[in-house]
Amino acid sequence: MIGMTHYLVLSAILFALSIMGIFLNRKNIIVVLMSIELMLLAVNFNFVTFSTFLHNIAGQIFVFFTLTVAAAESAIGLAILIILFRNLRSINVQDMDKLKG
Amino acid sequence: MDITSILFYVFSAILLFCGLRVITAKNPVHAALYLVLAFVTASCLWMMLGAEFLALTLILVYVGAVMVLFLFVVMMLDVDVESLRNGFWKNLPLALLLGLVASAEMILVILQNPQITAVANADPETTLSNSNVLGWVLYTQYSYPVELASLVLLLGLVVAVALTLRKSDKAAKYQNISKQVSVDSKTRFTMVKMDAEIEQQGEKQ
Repeated sequence: MIGMTHYLVLSAILFALSIMGIFLNRKNIIVVLMSIELMLLAVNFNFVTFSTFLHNIAGQIFVFFTLTVAAAESAIGLAILIILFRNLRSINVQDMDKLKG
Repeated sequence: MDITSILFYVFSAILLFCGLRVITAKNPVHAALYLVLAFVTASCLWMMLGAEFLALTLILVYVGAVMVLFLFVVMMLDVDVESLRNGFWKNLPLALLLGLVASAEMILVILQNPQITAVANADPETTLSNSNVLGWVLYTQYSYPVELASLVLLLGLVVAVALTLRKSDKAAKYQNISKQVSVDSKTRFTMVKMDAEIEQQGEKQ
């Protein structure tokens, strides 16, 4: 029988995978953003799991708001990415050192 | 092994495979498409957990809006993908170690407390559907946060437009504040001398 532990382990593995994604693709900012989305999915997975198994709807409400904020975050992140590409002609994270002293 | 278990394992396998492909795919377009599949699979798992409303919202918001935006940006930018993967193999051992340690730690903690069942404020038993309960709570208890969330979405919309609009763009309209402030009656208002206009009776009908 599938219990809470199964879902929690699944989301833990997904979260670890997205941490690895940030390390592996640390030059490509698009894939880094995608890894962050995957990370948010893993966290939301935890919320939904606890909400279901502990019979409390508050977790699902929280996921609702997380989805809202994540949508706004990715829209702004991609807008920043576009102006960055316009100015630098590159999306390499290492080229973004304008603030370095 | 009942059908729920089989479905869970199949969906989990697909989800983890997609996650792995997202972080290892050479082409960002493939990564985005695998991410779409990951979201759809996660939505199926949420459906199995009984969170139908959020499962459908996940598909609508993520697959319908966010991932389309990602694909748009990936296809719009002309980037040399190969040069961005330079450090991939160099970083692999560290990333693998970190991922293994992180997942092992989390799994150990989860397995330590297999029954987190004590809950103080469980919802009362209800016969309503998940969407019904969620809507009921969202518009009563959480109505203020819902309004704040709408502001966050508006902010995202305005910021995305404001950031990407260029000054040289024809569509861009900017205010010249100093020009607006320095107007006076002489520059705004001219007196014209002219004869009185008299409407002809015949033309009017």
